[in-house]
Amino acid sequence: MPLRLHSLASPARFDRFARRILPWTWVLAALLIPCGLLWGLAFSPADYQQGDTVRVMYVHVPSAWMAMACYALVALLSASFLVWKHQLAGIAALAAAPVGACFTATALVTGSLWGLPTWGTWWVWDARLTSVLVLFFLYLGYIALAGSFDDRSRGLRAASILAVVGVVNLPVIKFSVDWWNTLHQPASVLRLDGPAIHASMLWPLAITAAGFAAFFAALLVVRIRSELLAWRIEALMRRRSAGAA
Amino acid sequence: MTGIGALVARDLALAVRRRGEAGLTLAFFVMAAAIFPFGVGPDPLLLGSIAAGVVWVTALLASTISLDHLFRGDLEDGSLEILVLDHRPLEGVVAAKCLAHWLATGLPVVALAPLMALLLNFDMDAWWVLVLSLAIGTPALSLAGSVGASLVLGARRGGALTGLVVLPLCLPVMVFGVGAVEAALAGRPVLPHILIEAAILVAGAPLALKASAAALRIAVE
Repeated sequence: MPLRLHSLASPARFDRFARRILPWTWVLAALLIPCGLLWGLAFSPADYQQGDTVRVMYVHVPSAWMAMACYALVALLSASFLVWKHQLAGIAALAAAPVGACFTATALVTGSLWGLPTWGTWWVWDARLTSVLVLFFLYLGYIALAGSFDDRSRGLRAASILAVVGVVNLPVIKFSVDWWNTLHQPASVLRLDGPAIHASMLWPLAITAAGFAAFFAALLVVRIRSELLAWRIEALMRRRSAGAA
Repeated sequence: MTGIGALVARDLALAVRRRGEAGLTLAFFVMAAAIFPFGVGPDPLLLGSIAAGVVWVTALLASTISLDHLFRGDLEDGSLEILVLDHRPLEGVVAAKCLAHWLATGLPVVALAPLMALLLNFDMDAWWVLVLSLAIGTPALSLAGSVGASLVLGARRGGALTGLVVLPLCLPVMVFGVGAVEAALAGRPVLPHILIEAAILVAGAPLALKASAAALRIAVE
């Protein structure tokens, strides 16, 4: 598998791969997200304690999962860019980060909309909320740093180092804010002894999550292709101006 | 080792001679802490309850705003290139620069912290916990800061970007630093917080040095 992934490092081969995979990801996203959301928002049972407000979960939880998975992906791609110097890995991380930041923002906003009816407040400085907020800041730092250099590849390398430092730091942040304050409910889906929510809620949740993942994959492929084009345009313009001088 | 000693001495001499560099940071710390009563009101009870956090946050901000000088001067006059090309490990060079940064900006803040705490109606029985937590925490702030300062070298926007990069990295050490003081005020054991804070410093130091060295190598290419 690592060999197969490395073969994608050639932009031309990636482009062929992208052409093949892109329609499928769009179709999957277009099928799964409406299906999961309709099921979750209209046909799944209301919670015995929270009533209909529990339906925020079908947007909130998949967004939060994607926010974390995407940061892991950014860090992984950045590390492989720093180790193997595959430009495409770095560019893919760069393309993924803004999407991840949007998922993080969605998780934060829907979480606070959910917090008002259930906890009685928009925002509390609880451990989970705080660590997602810090995750959002890490995304912002990465994006801002990558965009702050006149030389794109210089910014990319600096930001990659930051992404790797951030992912090492993330468990420490998580641990420290857990120690600091906790109100959010503990994990109830990803547990070793099986999920603690009923199948009638788990299914729409899983379908929406899969749809979000497909949507993310589609956006990622589109963004990587446009980033690659932007880099090529810049290289061409540099060559042209060098030729003119 | 002599090289590292010389580097620390040079950076300290620069900090003293570039009048105000260390002094300005300290003045910022004092002023930023003193501005809080104007913001939240002069109620002694309220001030006393937020004093430890205010001192810690302003120490963090003071450390962050002084980061611009950490590598920029060396990059501009070319000495950074010589340091990178030198046979000595670059991580050691970064350690020396962080030590000098801490001696010039961190240590004065630690020394002045009890005074600021006093002005903010802090319960002075716990002054030594505040000083201890800052004494362990500020070197970690300098180390995390060196990562940010080296990453933004050559960037179009400096100051605000450094803050954006550095502040999330500093969060854990501040949580446990303030936690120690809060524990002391509530009569709970202080040691666990202090030990975890020290553990973050010890475990984070090699990572920060490594990351800063990698960033400096990119910066001088």
